Amino acid sequence: MSIRLSENNAALTVYLQGEIDHHGARSIMLALDREVCAREPRSLTVDLAGVSFMDSSGIAVLLRCLRRMEETGGTMAVRGTPPQARRVLSAAGLDRILPVDP
Amino acid sequence: MIPIQNQVTLLFPSKSSNEAFARTAAACFAAQLDPTLEELGDVKTAVSEAVTNAIVHAYPKELGVVTLRLRILEGGVFEVTVKDKGVGIPDVAKAREPLYTTGDDARSGMGFTIMESFMDALRVRSVPGKGTTVTMRKRFSPRPGGRG
Repeated sequence: MSIRLSENNAALTVYLQGEIDHHGARSIMLALDREVCAREPRSLTVDLAGVSFMDSSGIAVLLRCLRRMEETGGTMAVRGTPPQARRVLSAAGLDRILPVDP
Repeated sequence: MIPIQNQVTLLFPSKSSNEAFARTAAACFAAQLDPTLEELGDVKTAVSEAVTNAIVHAYPKELGVVTLRLRILEGGVFEVTVKDKGVGIPDVAKAREPLYTTGDDARSGMGFTIMESFMDALRVRSVPGKGTTVTMRKRFSPRPGGRG
């Protein structure tokens, strides 16, 4: 799992790549916590286009990001969602509380 | 009782690094049923959830053994059994409720919901102090030309 960032006028985009499961979720959470706290973006976009597999640990990662952004009054969206990850987000109902684009 | 056409049993320690191994092994074994990519993704996801539950919850203080049994049953049915001899689940019905978790913050409490959504059948048997057995089945859709 790797993380790449780009920032433009307080809009932070996080590109996740690889497999998101319980084994790697904690390090992703800590890295995203660190970046969001340090940069205080107004909007956060999580790009999942490079994610080859995701289970419910990915839901925990995204929910934690959403909470962080809500605490600071920011917004969050998910994009580039591959079909397998989309099915996981949909089964958990996450696509009803968060903008999720393919 | 559906006749068994093929089966394999894998035993591994409850290390989180084995989550990827378990779901990949399940997908490799299921591939002989010629599933679609979506069906294969569903199996990988459900196995990842069940194995992660065993790793996180069954053995909270020490490593234990997780058993993954994969079966191909007559009629294109794939059966997955994940078994541990850990602490068990005191209230299975509550554990199966969405968002319920006793795990760390890397768990969302949606594991059983995902297993139920992605497989056709889910059975959970648990005895506190003895362990937990999760059995899931999925019938793969018939493909043009049938299966070899």
